[in-house]
Amino acid sequence: METYTAMRHFADSWGLLGMTVFFIGVVLFTLRPGSKQHADAAARIPFEDDKP
Amino acid sequence: MALMDKHALIERNATLLLVGSFLVVTVGGIVEIAPLFYLENTIEKVEGMRPYSPLELAGRNIYIREGCYLCHSQMIRPFRDEVERYGHYSLAAESMYDHPFQWGSKRTGPDLARVGDRYSNEWHVQHLSDPRSVVPESIMPRYAFLKDVPLSPKGFSTQLVANVDVGVPYTKEMIDNAEADLVAQANPNADTSALAKRYPKAKVGDFDGNPQQVTEMDALVAYLQMLGTLVDFSTYDEAAGYR
Amino acid sequence: MRYGTEIAWMTLATFLALLGAGFAADAPFRAHMWVLFAVLAIGTIVLLRNVSFEPEQPVDQSAYMDGPIRYGAIATVFWAVVGLLVGVVIALQLAFPDLNLEPWFNFGRMRPLHTSAVIFAFGGNALIATSFYVVQRTCRARLFGGNLAWYVFWGYQLFIVMAATGYLLGITQSREYAEPEWYIDLFLTVVWVAYLAVFLGTILKRKEPHIYVANWFYLSFIVTIAMLHVVNNLAVPTSFVGSKSYSLFSGVQDALTQWWYGHNAVGFFLTAGFLGMMYYFIPKQVNRPVYSYRLSIIHFWSLIFMYIWAGPHHLHYTALPDWAQTLGMVFSIMLWMPSWGGMINGLMTLSGAWDKLRTDPIVRMMVTAVAFYGMATFEGPMMSIKAVNSLSHYTDWTIGHVHSGALGWNGLISFGAVYFMVPRLWNRERLYSVRMVNWHFWLATLGIVIYAASMWVSGIMQGLMWREYDEQGFLVYSFAESVAAMHPYYVMRALGGALYLSGVVIMAWNILMTIRGYQREEVPTTGTTPALQPAE
Repeated sequence: METYTAMRHFADSWGLLGMTVFFIGVVLFTLRPGSKQHADAAARIPFEDDKP
Repeated sequence: MALMDKHALIERNATLLLVGSFLVVTVGGIVEIAPLFYLENTIEKVEGMRPYSPLELAGRNIYIREGCYLCHSQMIRPFRDEVERYGHYSLAAESMYDHPFQWGSKRTGPDLARVGDRYSNEWHVQHLSDPRSVVPESIMPRYAFLKDVPLSPKGFSTQLVANVDVGVPYTKEMIDNAEADLVAQANPNADTSALAKRYPKAKVGDFDGNPQQVTEMDALVAYLQMLGTLVDFSTYDEAAGYR
Repeated sequence: MRYGTEIAWMTLATFLALLGAGFAADAPFRAHMWVLFAVLAIGTIVLLRNVSFEPEQPVDQSAYMDGPIRYGAIATVFWAVVGLLVGVVIALQLAFPDLNLEPWFNFGRMRPLHTSAVIFAFGGNALIATSFYVVQRTCRARLFGGNLAWYVFWGYQLFIVMAATGYLLGITQSREYAEPEWYIDLFLTVVWVAYLAVFLGTILKRKEPHIYVANWFYLSFIVTIAMLHVVNNLAVPTSFVGSKSYSLFSGVQDALTQWWYGHNAVGFFLTAGFLGMMYYFIPKQVNRPVYSYRLSIIHFWSLIFMYIWAGPHHLHYTALPDWAQTLGMVFSIMLWMPSWGGMINGLMTLSGAWDKLRTDPIVRMMVTAVAFYGMATFEGPMMSIKAVNSLSHYTDWTIGHVHSGALGWNGLISFGAVYFMVPRLWNRERLYSVRMVNWHFWLATLGIVIYAASMWVSGIMQGLMWREYDEQGFLVYSFAESVAAMHPYYVMRALGGALYLSGVVIMAWNILMTIRGYQREEVPTTGTTPALQPAE
């Protein structure tokens, strides 16, 4: 039962914290001010498809 | 900042995007599925489980072929109404030799996990041949044709060999006698002492009421009659089995 | 010589099918190999009749490769009609069991035929066709691999035909949504790798520096389905000329592997891939960029990460260990957020163009699809809560949930994409009839509402009947009584399905006439300004 308990404790504490921090980091990174212009340009890609 | 350009890198590099998304989608499966193979308490310790006898295995293959699992579950949940209606809740150990599992996901018809010994062979044959003649409300299709399809024992040992390859503990003796066992189990007059030793609690009988030949109906009824009858619950430790 | 190599390969394959039929270890395999032989022989004859010894025309490498997409659009419509028709038939079988014709047309063999035909034949063709359409136009590059795209198309159709005929012959692994046996699975793996090569190759040779987000969704769908398909179908065949195999895993491990696959067939086949459609065709049809491109990035990564964990919610209160059930439930509930993030992103793309809902039935269809996506992805997390699941599991509530997602989301968004692509692929000015799209929309919507409502009501009724006790502490209903109580709802459900099917038949006619180049004379749906009435 050792492995199970140890993994359970890790998942409930550091594992959970690590994933939360990582997720918040990803969201903040994606929504950083500098990315807006870049994202807007990418969003217009479907409208430039006249020919290859 | 260099870090800030990293996602732009993924957005512009198809290989990175491929590898990145593949890694992301593997995590969940590894964390959830892999431990089931090595945590010892995943499958409870029980007495009585054994591999299917050849006739039962043939019946199980017919059960799969006809898609019975689409309307019948074989998994009793630990609720008062289900335990009263169907019997002791199902244990993981009870499907340990099931390749593949037959728990099902829908109860258009009732659960079959413990249908064994509940009805007579004659009832099953009548019910499978014309369900509404015994249960007027039933919406089950008819399976009368099973009575007319002979079950050939020839080469049946290959089925046991394939099961050994995926981990079912059939012995060499079981494999060597597979074809004889298959015929003997459907013949009430055969000497089945060796069969009973190999497959304890195996039911012997002319299941389909037609002694002339072994049919698919024999096999299917033999399978239904053993469902849920193997585990000896008088020796099962409820508390130890809890996960 | 045109088709020289193809004919050589096809002849070899036809011969191998004949050998398979000759040396078959069991009767279903023999019958299946005869089917394969017939299909391949017809294919070879068609190729032979089209042989030409003219010098090969150089292919215009600067144009998009639209041939397989045209065929794909037709195949999508064709399989939609077939799959939905089988659906109506099995719905009627549940209401009127005498419609079962043993052995080949019993419910147990027809049900996988229905699910595979709508998910893999209709949905799969829609995904392959639209992904080829989108990837070329957002990468501004021709499909990679030359005729490989044709191989993907025809190989996939062969997979469908073999899977479908196999079910009726009783060839099945009994793994829900992965029923085809080992040899069909191996063939599909080859086709799928070819699909990945065409798609990834096109991305790699793109002229546009950025990879548009729709392609991320398509790519993750292709890669994840490859992983799921291979792991879930690991099995040992009893004979290399036989149709029976035994899965590598057993019991509880097998159950979780199967539902890890089954739930992510929903998550990646029916969600990620179709979100790729949403992210391209909705902006195109309303002529506005997606509401928030940055939200789509978060949507993508969180959706694909979380979906994979949700499988155990199909196994609540079973013999699966509790920790796995709880983990599955937690992730299923969290999944609500990325799902609704995506839905909001799709819906808000219309901001500033909401009037198109009234004037353009194609936009209305696409938006309704996204709305159904939102409803189904709210209902799903709710049903994954163990307390709710204890009631809903094993009942027709699950069937209602699945169909509000499949008919509402997958169906309507695919129809919208087909209506968008067909006039452009065949260089038609417009569809044969926009008013017919309107009819299609209302028939489909009404059909879904009737279908889902009858299954919700009856599913909850069923669950409550099974657990009802009287004052003495006895169960009130026998199981048979709960079956009898379902009858009126089964009839209603069949009616809902029939309405949905009739909408698709109208679409098939509309698409056929558009391809043939006709335009129906009709009052445009853009709406005329009502004449002003003098005030009295």
